[in-house]
Amino acid sequence: MALLEVRSIYKSYGDTAVLEDISFRVDEGKIVCLLGPSGCGKTTLLRIIAGLETAEAGEVIYQNRPLVEVPVHRRGFGLMFQDYALFPHKDVAANVAFGLRMQSQTAAQIEQRVSEMLALVGLEGYEARRVYDLSGGEQQRVALARSLAPGPRLLMLDEPLGSLDRALREELMNELRSILKDVGVTAIYVTHDQQEAFALADRVIILRQGRIVQRGTPQDVYRYPASSWVARFLGLSNLVPGRIVGRTPFAVDSALGRLALPALDGVAEGQEVTLLVRPEAARLAQRAAEAGHIPIEGTVRRCSFRGSHYLLQIDHEAGLHLEFELMFRAEDLPRRGDRILLSLRPEAISLLAEEPDERSQDG
Amino acid sequence: MRQGYPATSIDEGGTAWYNVVRGAHETVAREGSLIQVRGGRWRPWIAVLVYLLPLLFLGLFFFYPLVEIFRLSLAPQGALDLSPFRRLLSDPYYGRLLGFTTGQALASTLLTLLVGMPAAYAFAHYDFRGKAVLRALTTIPFVLPTMVVAAAFTALLGPQGHLNRGLLAILDLLGLRGQIQGPPLQLQQTLALVLIAHVFYNAAIIVRVVGGFWANLDPRVEEAARVLGAGHWRTFREVTLPLLLPSIVAASLLVFLFCFTSFGVILVLGGPGLATIEVEIYYQAVPLFNLPVAAALSIGQMAFTYAIMAFYTRIQAKASVPLNLRPSEATQKRPATLGSRLIVWSSVGGLLVFLLAPLLALVDRSLSLEGPYTLRYYQALMTNPTQSFFFVPPAEAIRNSLLVASTTVALSLTIGLISAYLLTSPSAPLRSILDPLFMLPLGTSAVTLGFGYIVALGTPPLNLRTSLLLLPLAHTLVAFPFVVRSLLPALRGMNPHWREAAGVLGASPLRVIREIDLPIVARALLVGAVFAFTVSMGEFGATLLIARPRFPTMPVVIYRLLGGQGALNQGQGLAMSTLLMIVCAVGFVLIERFRVGEIGEF
Repeated sequence: MALLEVRSIYKSYGDTAVLEDISFRVDEGKIVCLLGPSGCGKTTLLRIIAGLETAEAGEVIYQNRPLVEVPVHRRGFGLMFQDYALFPHKDVAANVAFGLRMQSQTAAQIEQRVSEMLALVGLEGYEARRVYDLSGGEQQRVALARSLAPGPRLLMLDEPLGSLDRALREELMNELRSILKDVGVTAIYVTHDQQEAFALADRVIILRQGRIVQRGTPQDVYRYPASSWVARFLGLSNLVPGRIVGRTPFAVDSALGRLALPALDGVAEGQEVTLLVRPEAARLAQRAAEAGHIPIEGTVRRCSFRGSHYLLQIDHEAGLHLEFELMFRAEDLPRRGDRILLSLRPEAISLLAEEPDERSQDG
Repeated sequence: MRQGYPATSIDEGGTAWYNVVRGAHETVAREGSLIQVRGGRWRPWIAVLVYLLPLLFLGLFFFYPLVEIFRLSLAPQGALDLSPFRRLLSDPYYGRLLGFTTGQALASTLLTLLVGMPAAYAFAHYDFRGKAVLRALTTIPFVLPTMVVAAAFTALLGPQGHLNRGLLAILDLLGLRGQIQGPPLQLQQTLALVLIAHVFYNAAIIVRVVGGFWANLDPRVEEAARVLGAGHWRTFREVTLPLLLPSIVAASLLVFLFCFTSFGVILVLGGPGLATIEVEIYYQAVPLFNLPVAAALSIGQMAFTYAIMAFYTRIQAKASVPLNLRPSEATQKRPATLGSRLIVWSSVGGLLVFLLAPLLALVDRSLSLEGPYTLRYYQALMTNPTQSFFFVPPAEAIRNSLLVASTTVALSLTIGLISAYLLTSPSAPLRSILDPLFMLPLGTSAVTLGFGYIVALGTPPLNLRTSLLLLPLAHTLVAFPFVVRSLLPALRGMNPHWREAAGVLGASPLRVIREIDLPIVARALLVGAVFAFTVSMGEFGATLLIARPRFPTMPVVIYRLLGGQGALNQGQGLAMSTLLMIVCAVGFVLIERFRVGEIGEF
């Protein structure tokens, strides 16, 4: 049974709708990620669930009870702000203790819980520190401890890693999931970073311009983006226009040739579609593509080292720009302008039932 | 100088915190005000009523008197009559008045720059022991009532003052005593004394504004110029000075404005021979009772000061263009060489001697006017030897001042708090209208204000002539811009997420105010209160016009006593000034101790 249910939320600022027809459920103990570019309305959605803003239409239901009449401070939720919003006039312990004091716990209980929480986030002995003397990562931990201390029924995190540098982010990303899972808290996590979403979430909900455009497990979302926009947003940029030329056997015409692909439901013959080519699925071919593989021939535009692999960008003859992640031995390293032949596994191509859109990037 | 939580000023808290505060301010602007945060549970009309209060106050006690002044000068008999203005333009006396007012203000400004700049440089570039305290000391004159300053300079430079007595002692030693008549230094009622007092008053503005800006100027810009081949002087002329210029101009305009509308200093130290427009308004309004001419002068002066204010605001906006400012720790060094020590000692030391000598002289003279140390002038404050009807025992003035000041504190905190919340409202157009509106009283001369009260509030429909509230109302008008300026940095530094976070953690709206708003704004409120108190205690211009004779405040009594004959009057005046100075100095210490950010953000 769903712990929290969001039904048909609508919210606008002036004439522009920031959230339209948002519905989803959060199951107990799960981490749901709201993923979308900045300005897609995900923070507003979080604030509506927290009770800091009101929706113009729709409902937020917690354990079968509508929350509309319940003020912020009675909801018993936790919210971790992007800027952490630590109270500057209170020290670390007093920040963590705040929610416990609101529950009128005894001083002894509070003290014990505070040290438990600080231990959980790895800040033992930080009780008397002033919050503005802490580093970004330490502040983030204090904010997490403060939101977890009162034992919230639902924890919301608004881009909690957004203002940290890359290395710290990587480290805390992994740590955060284990802490949340150890505590067993139900969580809604807002981010614009798909890596964060994939690393943390049990389920991902992708928002674009105030609407849900896809939902599913991280693996499903990455494997089967619902649209070329989602694909691009997830960093998948090899999008090739194509057309269905046969239903049985299923065949698609595109710049990569006529391909026999696993059938896609709900498309008619003659319909324009998009082929999504995974960057990791190509291999360097010597004379010809491997049997059953698709040959891709092009001119090397750039080949740059990315640590675990090289990013090879090629100009395909049909005017396409494609990117692949490959390994090269130093002596094989292609140079700009070289002709190159790649061999592509057909499973690495998925079909999207729409034409490639304009390269629109919202934010 | 870290206290409970960091100062928001760029010269003390470092740029990082400054940016945090700026960012938070933008968040307030974007994401909503206090009222919205409380979940829309506030009845909107209550909010509107509360928010209308400052506007109502300004309307009744600021704009209404000003409009009445306009009416009086433009249409004294009901019909439009421009004769008061024609008189101003045709009589060469008023041309000379404007010339003198402008001239003395210009001279004062230049002298102030001359005195203030070396100290500004030393404070900006060197880190030395006791610097914070020394810099705070330079600001003391700024909060001192004009009457105290006048009394202090009388004590130091008057005919019986310390300097003259010192000079006489030297002449005695040299055996030249017989060659001169009277005191060797005759400064009383000269322009020189007025200028010295003006420099005394305003040097702190240069030190604070220019020095504060200078301290945060990125030294790497100068270093880049040096590397590119510019010498010391060339670097200063082509790089430092242009970067510094907006702050110098802004500070100078402020000094000019204060000197242009100078009243108490000129009235007491300048004597009957010298008059600024402000003094002339007083003469025309009170002793001569020529109200139309006084009104015309007021209008002329207002037009002039508002023009300067507008110019100042534009310069200030330009000066606050974010250059690559650096925390002052990164720009300062210890004075290691003999030369740099000399610079620090002579500029800072010289300034402090200049600023503190009159104050020490005042205390000393109040205890020893006729030679031996005695408390008799303080004791005499309790009595009214002349038994005249208009003179009350001076001690009563202390009680009056305290009464007026506490009422002013209550009024100006109420009005100021609401105004400050209005100014942090998310509506940008509202802010841009209200901000200058709330600053208008600061640019209006106190004498004009008092004059407006006589004209407008002494007659029906709103007759407050005999009301004890009249003085607190006038003082509130002068004080509440200071309260607003003290509160704004704290309110703007309030991150709305703090309140929201407290709410999410289970704090009810009332609890949020108690746990978050109050502790954070408390210090700023205290500073605002002390500001209002000190301003009210020292207010002279408006008070002199509207205080009832039987209800004088301390500055009015000091004015009367210093103008009186004989040692007893003088001694009592000095004693009263000393008391007032102590009150203001204590207030100043409290402000320095508790303020959040730079209140010099005028």
